[in-house]
Amino acid sequence: MSTAALPRRRVLARIRTSRAPLNLLCLAFVALVVALAVLAPWLVPHDPNAVDLGNALGGPSADHLLGVDASGRDTLSRLITGARTSLLGPLGVVVFSTLAGVAVGVVSAWRGGWLDSVLSRGTELIFAFPGMLLAILVVSLYGEGLTAPVLALAVAYLPYVSRLTRSLVLAERERPYVAAYQVQGHSAWQICLRHVVPAIAPVVLAQSTINFGYALIDLAGLSFLGLGVPALTPDWGRMVFDGESAIQSGYPLSAILPCAAIVLTVVAFNVVGERWADQVARRDR
Amino acid sequence: MNTPDRPPAPPLDIRGLRLRLPRTARPVLDGVDLTVGAGETVALVGESGSGKTLTSRSVLRLLPTGAATEGTVRVAGDDVLAMDPEQLRHLRTGTAAMIFQDPRAAINPLRRIGDFLTESLRLNTATPPAEATRRASTLLEAVGLTDAALRRYPGQLSGGMLQRVMIAAALMGEPALLLADEPTTALDVTTQAEVVSLLGDLRERFGTGLLFVTHDLGLAAAISDRVYVMYAGRIAETGPADALFSRPRHPYTAALLGSTPRLDAPPGRLVAIDGQPPGLQVELAGCPFAPRCGYATDLCRDQAPAARPLPGDPARLVACHHSDRLEGSALDG
Amino acid sequence: MSPLRSTLPRSGLLRFAVRRLVEMAATLFGASFLIFGAMYLAPGNPASFLLSGRSASPAALKAINDQYHLNDPFAVQYLRWLGQVLHGDFGRSIEYRTSVSSLLAARLPSTLLLVAMALVLVLAFGLALGWIGAVRGGATDSAILVSTTFAVATPSFVAAVLLQGLFAVKLGWFPTNGTGSGPVSMLWHLTLPAVALALYLIGMLARVTRAAMLDVLGQEHVTVARSRGLAERRVIQRHVFRNALGTVLTTGGLIVSTLLICTVLVESAFSVGGIGQLLELSTTTKDFPVVQAISLIIVGLFMAVNLVVDLLHPLVDPRIALGSGRSAG
Repeated sequence: MSTAALPRRRVLARIRTSRAPLNLLCLAFVALVVALAVLAPWLVPHDPNAVDLGNALGGPSADHLLGVDASGRDTLSRLITGARTSLLGPLGVVVFSTLAGVAVGVVSAWRGGWLDSVLSRGTELIFAFPGMLLAILVVSLYGEGLTAPVLALAVAYLPYVSRLTRSLVLAERERPYVAAYQVQGHSAWQICLRHVVPAIAPVVLAQSTINFGYALIDLAGLSFLGLGVPALTPDWGRMVFDGESAIQSGYPLSAILPCAAIVLTVVAFNVVGERWADQVARRDR
Repeated sequence: MNTPDRPPAPPLDIRGLRLRLPRTARPVLDGVDLTVGAGETVALVGESGSGKTLTSRSVLRLLPTGAATEGTVRVAGDDVLAMDPEQLRHLRTGTAAMIFQDPRAAINPLRRIGDFLTESLRLNTATPPAEATRRASTLLEAVGLTDAALRRYPGQLSGGMLQRVMIAAALMGEPALLLADEPTTALDVTTQAEVVSLLGDLRERFGTGLLFVTHDLGLAAAISDRVYVMYAGRIAETGPADALFSRPRHPYTAALLGSTPRLDAPPGRLVAIDGQPPGLQVELAGCPFAPRCGYATDLCRDQAPAARPLPGDPARLVACHHSDRLEGSALDG
Repeated sequence: MSPLRSTLPRSGLLRFAVRRLVEMAATLFGASFLIFGAMYLAPGNPASFLLSGRSASPAALKAINDQYHLNDPFAVQYLRWLGQVLHGDFGRSIEYRTSVSSLLAARLPSTLLLVAMALVLVLAFGLALGWIGAVRGGATDSAILVSTTFAVATPSFVAAVLLQGLFAVKLGWFPTNGTGSGPVSMLWHLTLPAVALALYLIGMLARVTRAAMLDVLGQEHVTVARSRGLAERRVIQRHVFRNALGTVLTTGGLIVSTLLICTVLVESAFSVGGIGQLLELSTTTKDFPVVQAISLIIVGLFMAVNLVVDLLHPLVDPRIALGSGRSAG
């Protein structure tokens, strides 16, 4: 149907061309934030925790390029150091949830039967808990910290990965090459690990990239509430909380900067992840 | 059948239709002339990509975004391409209606059949709902269904039944012209035959003109009074169905009919059409069929042939420099 | 006016409803089990966990024991607690020394109003932006796409702090915090919190609506509707939006649970004395009965909304009720 297909193709082409520079920009931003986080100790101009009450709420100056916060701590240094905790937490969430989710998804798709229904019920149960709620529950049990909320969020994000994996594996199983390997006597594990998992990996990883942004939002929220990282650790969510009082005293910079850091980082991860997912989908079509 | 030449304007009269899409090198439709008389069945035949679907859709001005048109498409005398939105809606509601290829895709699966049949009358005309429903059940009977179907959802009917619904829907506005775009391609063979004979019956009963778009030559021969053969956006050949199929005068028609009498091939051998139809990114200098044609000469490659009546047979028009060379070839019966 | 009358197999629909109800009850049972059993996962024994940081006086220990019966077998404890919860009794707050239900009841109005205001914003702007983006295309669509990309990347507390800084502190149009008293004052106080709460979901719903409508717009039956002379507005209403509605509906549970959980952040940022702020406070003070009660409410509401969505779905999409998995093509 030439006429029915035409407008669609046009839209796709437009998105492809107009989004390419945006995608590159986002990719570059992700690289920049990661580089800052890795190299933080060598980059920071000041000790991020050095308090200087005499200079509290000072604006940008030659010494403090982005000003200081209500306790006189250098905002630039705290942003750079804060990138470490702000990225490390989501990284943990994504790594745990991806590994466990893929394992659960592959097993329930490949084995099927009662195991599949048990795992699906469990997935449905976890779905009922928003990630943030699960993290708050865990914090109320174990107290403030980063490890427990990261694990809780990993559990909360697991169903998204496992459902996706399950449906992908079910589709992949039907493809002729799997039967061919089975006929040749390859074991189910061999086929899964060597062929099926690599085949579905791009889709899952693209989804995990998007999950990274959401995990960052959830963990920053916990820090904002004072339930995440310990109070003195520089962290973007914590900086927003500290900046709230600065805003009320008419000095918004120390709050706006961590806000911008969070939003831009999440945008960058979302755009990169979505674009990756689009590319994979187009390639598969 | 003689072409009716009474004063009222024919249901469809396309003159010099040229249609260009954005970012293409040549027009998708390049000077199409086509008429459908009252009560006449006309087949439009061609490969996919030849522009036959676009031609039929342009009659309802269902054009892709960014399409630029030249020429006129007159339905019952009024130029569709020059209509304002109000006239266009009037045309689509009443004067002309289209039957689509895949009824499963063409009918909204979330709405009842009754809603589908009556919505255009209810929303566009002053017809009371009860009146619209009454007409819908009459037409359902005419296409061989009962009005129990009114309350069904498309998912509850078979493909063949849905195509009957589609036909009934097309007749709701009492159109002067029916456009059928490959209406049987998505159906199985027995259903195809039923739908084709139904279309023939209805055309006779309601006296509408029918433009039947298809790639199936056998079907075109069986159903139509006249045939247009389309290639690369141009009409290659036209004429009464029996004459055109028994004595094709355009090499492309001959090729479509399955046996290409090529001068350089050993006699008696059947040859498929080599090559591909030209893409939209290729500018055409001469005859679009020349690269695939066994008769092609330098003239064909330089100069596009105009459609000319055959000597002694003014009802037949052929756009070929060498139509006379097909005379008396193996295909002529 | 039910679009299902007469043709649809009614018994099938009933069976479907009952099955979903049973499934939901089972999931809710599992969730309550998790929420109750969680205190056994805490370090130390449950009694010391529940009392953590507070004086373990005999009276306090007795109060804990009266509520949780910690000496009974685990299953008995759980079932007794569940029975009380089903009667609306969530026990007593360890921190406030009053019943959890009365704590919740006092704070419910502001949270309900906040969530309701945010929900209205989400539905109005989310659907409208998605609709406009899909139908208009071009520069309008690109603008909507870019702004929703930012909206879904903005956590509610970031939105809260920025809105507060701009509209309350800098411009002084709205109060910086608190709940206010009286209906008008409450609306006034809760406007910025509601916008902060709604922002992410507006972006999410707009994207879902836009994608679903674009998907339908590419389908043949839309061209057919146009070919029959329907005005474009009608085509979009009756065919495009109507068919996208099923997909949009499935986000209902997510929208409500996200709204509820994000009140924690927004109420803290704006010092709104609601359920969310209570959850934050009781997490910090380890007031576990309150945490349990609020968790259970959030999970329960999420599942209730999902049940409603599941029951509405066959009304919106008859193909589900007909049991034919055929897609719209």
